[in-house]
Amino acid sequence: MISFAFYLLTGLLFVAALLVILSRSPMASVLWMVVAFFAITGHYVLLNAQFLVAVNLIVYAGAIMVLFVYTIMLLDLSKGVKHKRTLFVRLAGIVSGGLLLTVLIAAMRRSSETAVGDLAQVGQTSLVGLVKPLGIALFKDFLVPFELSSALFLAALVGAVALGKKGGSD
Amino acid sequence: MGPITLDHYIYLSTALFAVGVAGVLIRRNILVMLMGIELMLNAVNLLLAATSAFRQDSDGQVFVFFIMLVAAAEIAVGLAILMMVYRNSRSIDIKHYNRLKG
Amino acid sequence: MNETAILCLIPALPLLGFLATGLFGKPLGRAVSGWIATLATAGSFALALALFIGHPDGFAAILDQRLFDWLPVAGLNLSFGLQLDPLALIMTLVVTGVGALIHLYSIGYMHDDEGAPRFFSYMNLFIFSMLLLVLADNYLVMFVGWEGVGLCSYLLIGFWFTRDDYNGAAVKAFVMNRIGDLGFLLGLFAMFATFGSLSFGTVFAKAAGMASGTPALTLITLLLFVGAMGKSAQIPLYTWLPDAMAGPTPVSALIHAATMVTAGIYMVIRSHVLYDLAPASLSFIAVIGLATAVWAGLIALTQRDIKKVLAYSTVSQLGYMFLALGVGAYSTGYFHVFTHAFFKALLFLGAGSVIHALSGEQDIRKMGGLRKKLPITYFTFLAGTLALSGIPPFAGFFSKDSILAAAFERSPILWAVGVFAAFLTAFYMGRLLVLVFHGPSRVDAKVHPHESPWTMTLPLILLAIGSLGAGFLGLPAVFGLPNLIAGFLAPSAGLYEGHLAAGTEWLLMGISVIVALSGFGFAIWKYGVKAELPGEDSTVKGLARWSLEKFRVDEFYDAVIVRPLFSLSSWLFGTANDRGVDGLVRGGAGLFGRLGSLVRRLQTGNTVFYLFAMTLGVIVIAAIAALG
Repeated sequence: MISFAFYLLTGLLFVAALLVILSRSPMASVLWMVVAFFAITGHYVLLNAQFLVAVNLIVYAGAIMVLFVYTIMLLDLSKGVKHKRTLFVRLAGIVSGGLLLTVLIAAMRRSSETAVGDLAQVGQTSLVGLVKPLGIALFKDFLVPFELSSALFLAALVGAVALGKKGGSD
Repeated sequence: MGPITLDHYIYLSTALFAVGVAGVLIRRNILVMLMGIELMLNAVNLLLAATSAFRQDSDGQVFVFFIMLVAAAEIAVGLAILMMVYRNSRSIDIKHYNRLKG
Repeated sequence: MNETAILCLIPALPLLGFLATGLFGKPLGRAVSGWIATLATAGSFALALALFIGHPDGFAAILDQRLFDWLPVAGLNLSFGLQLDPLALIMTLVVTGVGALIHLYSIGYMHDDEGAPRFFSYMNLFIFSMLLLVLADNYLVMFVGWEGVGLCSYLLIGFWFTRDDYNGAAVKAFVMNRIGDLGFLLGLFAMFATFGSLSFGTVFAKAAGMASGTPALTLITLLLFVGAMGKSAQIPLYTWLPDAMAGPTPVSALIHAATMVTAGIYMVIRSHVLYDLAPASLSFIAVIGLATAVWAGLIALTQRDIKKVLAYSTVSQLGYMFLALGVGAYSTGYFHVFTHAFFKALLFLGAGSVIHALSGEQDIRKMGGLRKKLPITYFTFLAGTLALSGIPPFAGFFSKDSILAAAFERSPILWAVGVFAAFLTAFYMGRLLVLVFHGPSRVDAKVHPHESPWTMTLPLILLAIGSLGAGFLGLPAVFGLPNLIAGFLAPSAGLYEGHLAAGTEWLLMGISVIVALSGFGFAIWKYGVKAELPGEDSTVKGLARWSLEKFRVDEFYDAVIVRPLFSLSSWLFGTANDRGVDGLVRGGAGLFGRLGSLVRRLQTGNTVFYLFAMTLGVIVIAAIAALG
């Protein structure tokens, strides 16, 4: 049962990802991206990473993709932009991607200790993904990065606003 | 088909990452390139979360949280930059962003 | 005050004089500086005299004073010390005595010169260095003094430094000295390698046990003699001395007549223990000395500058001294140094007096008839001339004759050539005397010759007395009277016992006198009676022309050594430096520049290209991880 869910979600994820990069219009890419995020969220559910389920949906699918949509709205894309490159470049890109895939897998295969269990069992019994323990970890062990990230957001906020102003940056 | 182990997640994640890379290299539209980058980030997130679940180590999921934070900030600033550059050059084709030549 | 303290004071006084006039010369003024310098030197003389009087029969033991440890390096333990023995004492007396007189003379001579304080500081520094050389107790301290006098010679020759040719002469002197010094230094190295020490006592004691003719000893003595060749102006390193006449005349008198040039001879006498065991070196020295005596004498025959005649005469007389050393008659050679110091200094100072009187004229063709105008100068110069020519009873006769007798014992050929050189000496000195002081006056009408002040004439008179009397200190055995100098020097220099029969000796003496008188007479006849004048340079022909042009030795050196060195130097500076070194540096920089522009091509501005590059990088890293 779990395997079936896993493979289903995986297939969906790949299809969505490929369509993201292959779609002609950016709007379509965005929508397929949302689908991909849902698939990933599904994977998190399988892993019993409940906190991440929520955060992934809210932040990624909810906020970031909405940002993309706004941007597409604000841009005038009527000027015909050729979205594809020359055949050579496309080929080179795909070959690079494939090469990367191969090499990474080869590299990862060398690591042992991957047979550490079974998703079915993990998905039922994993405790680390629950909100409470994660919250405790965040506020105890990782407090400083957590607080620093608020500073990061402040910087990003200021930067985005400054850059976005009409009439040039400050 | 045997139990799903961490290996499966490794392959999944790597493949997704490769798709993201290919997307960045193939497309000229900046928005789509940014999405390719997001795909890459998510691939990594997935692998981290999976490893953390299989090994019962919460650090991995905390890290995923932080990656998401940073990705959000990055997208915000990146899109703002994109708006500015668009105002200057009226184009979101990366071919036109070559002023750093030399 | 005990004697070692006095010994240390002797060089200390001129050192203080140097510092005083060197540092405070300007505010002190010319006259005061001059008197300080003179008194410092005279003070040293007085101290040395005190020591001499304290030991009228000579020294039983050498007075040695170690001052401080100088180079206590592993395996090398060199100390700085002074010693006093008969040879050193007599040399000190000569240096400080004649030196003091010359300092006194200089007060008058330099009184018009702005740089007089500087002059006196250099002179005192010279006296200090010379004393260090003479009073050293090991070869290294002697070398310090050796170098010091060379330095002072350079400073004083080029004293009027605004003239390029004077500077050239000073540099020439220094460089030639340096060449000699290289030989000296190599000799010191060889000495150290052989004996493990440079101290006189140790070296001589060890050497005494070695066999005669040992190659090591021959090498050491020859190398040391190379140093003497440079310092004492023997062939082939003599050409600097005539050029050194560019310096003020007191300098010529002190350094290039009485003291510095005799340093080489002093060194050989001091090392006589070594030289006695290296007969090959001694023969070499004798030959070089004799050859130099004749060579220089031939050149002196035709020179027109009064100082140049005297310079070549000095070179020639130094050759005589080395001849004496070469046949083993060390104290005889030293005797000639002693007498020569008196009459040569006298002659130079007299020439200075003439030049001073004629407001700078040095060409003897423009002199003449000065006998009446400069009487004191004339009579003292006459005394010096007679002494140098070897006419009895003046000092030069006794010393020169002793040398010739010693040479005869060794080989009649040496003697015969020596006699020929004596003839030349008498001739050119007679020529000089007649052309300068006798005959009608050819002096330029604008010049009004006047006798010099007492500060200049007093030293002349004193030196003239010395020229007359000094000879009696070293009477040959046939006179039946004791040879005071030889006896005094015996502990230091060995006793030279002549083995000639009395009859032979009288005969040789007689021949010497006849030869000297005939040379002198021939000159008087040719230039006095026949009133011949040295003509314009262009009219001189044949052998005389060769002599006038100094046998073109300078030109030879210039062509063979100087010019190739200069062109090598300018080649190195131009090509090797510019293209080689600079080219390497510029090439290095250029290389990086070119590398940079090559790498710059990677910055295409094309973002996707960058992304491809990054991907490629990641692939490579992962591949390494995969295969690693």
